[in-house]
Amino acid sequence: MKRVQFSSPYLPYLFIAPQMAIIFVFFYWPSVQAIQSSFYLEDPFGFGSTFVGLSNYSDALGSVQYQSIARFTLLFTVLVTFLSLGIGMLLAVKADAVLKGSSTYKTLLIWVYAIAPPVAGLMGMMFFDQHIGPLVKLAAFFGWDMKVGLNYNDTAIAMIIVSVWKQIPYNFIFILSGLQGIPVSIREAAAIDCRSGMRRFWTMTLPLLAPTAFFLLIINMTYSLFDTFGVIDVMVKDKAANNPITLVYKVYMDGFRGNDLGGSSAQSVILMIVVFVLTIFQFRFIERRVHYN
Amino acid sequence: MASIGIKDVSKIYNGGVTAVSSVSIDIADGEFIVLVGPSGCGKSTLLRMVAGLEAISEGSVTIGDRVVNEVDPADRDIAMVFQNYALYPHMSVYENLAYGLKNRRTPKAEIDARVAEAARMLELQPYLERKPRALSGGQRQRVAMGRAIVRKPSAFLFDEPLSNLDAKLRVSMRGEIKRLQRRVGTTSIYVTHDQLEAMTLADRLVVLSGGKIEQIGRPLDVYHRPATTFVASFIGSPAMNLVTGELHGSKLALGPALIDLGATVPTQGAVTVGLRAEDLHIHDGTKGDLPFRIDYVEELGSQRLVHGVVGDQPLVAAIPSEIPLPETASLSIATAKLHFFDSKSGQRIDWVGEGAIAASIPAMEVAAS
Ligand SMILES: Nc1ncnc2c1ncn2[C@@H]1O[C@H](COP(=O)(O)OP(=O)(O)OP(=O)(O)O)[C@@H](O)[C@H]1O
Ligand SMILES: [Mg+2]
Repeated sequence: MKRVQFSSPYLPYLFIAPQMAIIFVFFYWPSVQAIQSSFYLEDPFGFGSTFVGLSNYSDALGSVQYQSIARFTLLFTVLVTFLSLGIGMLLAVKADAVLKGSSTYKTLLIWVYAIAPPVAGLMGMMFFDQHIGPLVKLAAFFGWDMKVGLNYNDTAIAMIIVSVWKQIPYNFIFILSGLQGIPVSIREAAAIDCRSGMRRFWTMTLPLLAPTAFFLLIINMTYSLFDTFGVIDVMVKDKAANNPITLVYKVYMDGFRGNDLGGSSAQSVILMIVVFVLTIFQFRFIERRVHYN
Repeated sequence: MASIGIKDVSKIYNGGVTAVSSVSIDIADGEFIVLVGPSGCGKSTLLRMVAGLEAISEGSVTIGDRVVNEVDPADRDIAMVFQNYALYPHMSVYENLAYGLKNRRTPKAEIDARVAEAARMLELQPYLERKPRALSGGQRQRVAMGRAIVRKPSAFLFDEPLSNLDAKLRVSMRGEIKRLQRRVGTTSIYVTHDQLEAMTLADRLVVLSGGKIEQIGRPLDVYHRPATTFVASFIGSPAMNLVTGELHGSKLALGPALIDLGATVPTQGAVTVGLRAEDLHIHDGTKGDLPFRIDYVEELGSQRLVHGVVGDQPLVAAIPSEIPLPETASLSIATAKLHFFDSKSGQRIDWVGEGAIAASIPAMEVAAS
């Protein structure tokens, strides 16, 4: 690694100070606050708080409702991560085959995809609009009366489709640029060594794409766990009653709708621990098997 | 093992660039063919058409007795060695060697035996478990060679496999490639822009320029009888001196000198004369045919290259280092060593005197300069 010399030993710290300040204000400080308040029972009307130890945690983990939400979150995360990665990869591989060499076309395509996610999200929501949504109409055509926001399964399916739909462009860009980063001569050597394109994909392309895929796996899991909040909010519209929601949405419901700050804080701490464990697991066990050039 | 037939093959890229035009080469079984030429002359394109990595626009390529124009690269029974080696970075050396065999459903025992044999030939045994990134350039090069050898293909295709190595390693790898090819006897096509590499490796040389064949021949034939001025200036180091002269009967006027050829050349008037630097002899004073004004000298150790002018045309002479450089010099050359080329088309002009070893340096008539 290249060593850079600074004239003053404090200068580097000065450079990272703004970033550290942001991390402190928006991450460490709220985290500490959350951990602290997870041990208290907050009075809903703001008249002080009582120390309750771990009972917020035991309440959350012991509740049947919390457990079923956790199960749904797991299913949701796995499905959204693998579907959006899988479809993004399929599209990227197809695009890559067409794009060989023609760089103007490539730039154009990536440019379109780069501005897409928010637009795609909006479109996804409209697909399932009860009145104008074409997918709802399509379902009706097949005799399926889709009631997004009212029926548990219908809402779950719509949530997963829109979340996947929103994330595909992002995965597409990264995988496509990863594919374009594989040296042409390696592909050609493989073409001489292996006739089957499918086999080449599994034995050559995918392993060489592993660093990108590993990065995307983490990003997509984080996305499914946290960034899908907006999608869920639009579909559920605060009426969680009979609808599927994820753990993050439950934190929000309990904290801001139910005014149970202590319980909601305990749930966020649980989520924090889950993410922490997941990240460590991924870096320890998956990254080791990933080949970095 | 197989012969390869390249018949009237052309490559026209989208956009109308003609990279290779109407090239025909018949390659015998076991022959080592070197395609040589300057950058951009279409060597790689031609090789890649044989490999199947590039579509053939016109003509046909035959490997063995099969026209392979429409055959998938993996089914052409060829192995290719790339300039940057193109080793699979996520596989160990063993897996790199075994990959092509595995995909062809070769039995495991057979794979092991072939990899072991190749590793022994190339002295790769200590590295079989390593990843390519943990190898030196020369070792990677040998793995790339090994990957080709284990397949036991009909033909080896090499695209400048040595150009990423340092000069010394290049020389030793050059020898190794030649030795291996002799041993396994596989038909080979080798692309290089290095004329020395081409001379030392080839059974036959194919000199390409602008997508066309300039000359095909054995290295020494090409060296001694270059078909065009292009070949003359490309093959041999230093490049052959090409100067303009004028033919009058059996006499050649070269700058201020008039040389008696002792025979007529089948052309008259302006002509391009080729003189190899190593065929020129240097003399003190005006004893030689050609008065030579020395500009500067390059010392190469075993010999020195003397740059100067005859008349107003630059010329290089290669002379042994131990001969002292005279103050005023002149050059002489055996007339049998003179090459003539058409001054317009650059095509070689054969004449009766060439190759005949002149018994003595012909009489000289030096015009006043
Ligand atoms: N994909 C392509 N599209 C258009 N023209 C191309 C393409 N690939 C190569 N060319 C052109 O074809 C010509 C021959 O290229 P080629 O790669 O065969 O040269 P080369 O003799 O191998 O040169 P070098 O010694 O530099 O490798 C060049 O003029 C090049 O610009
Ligand atoms: Mg080339």
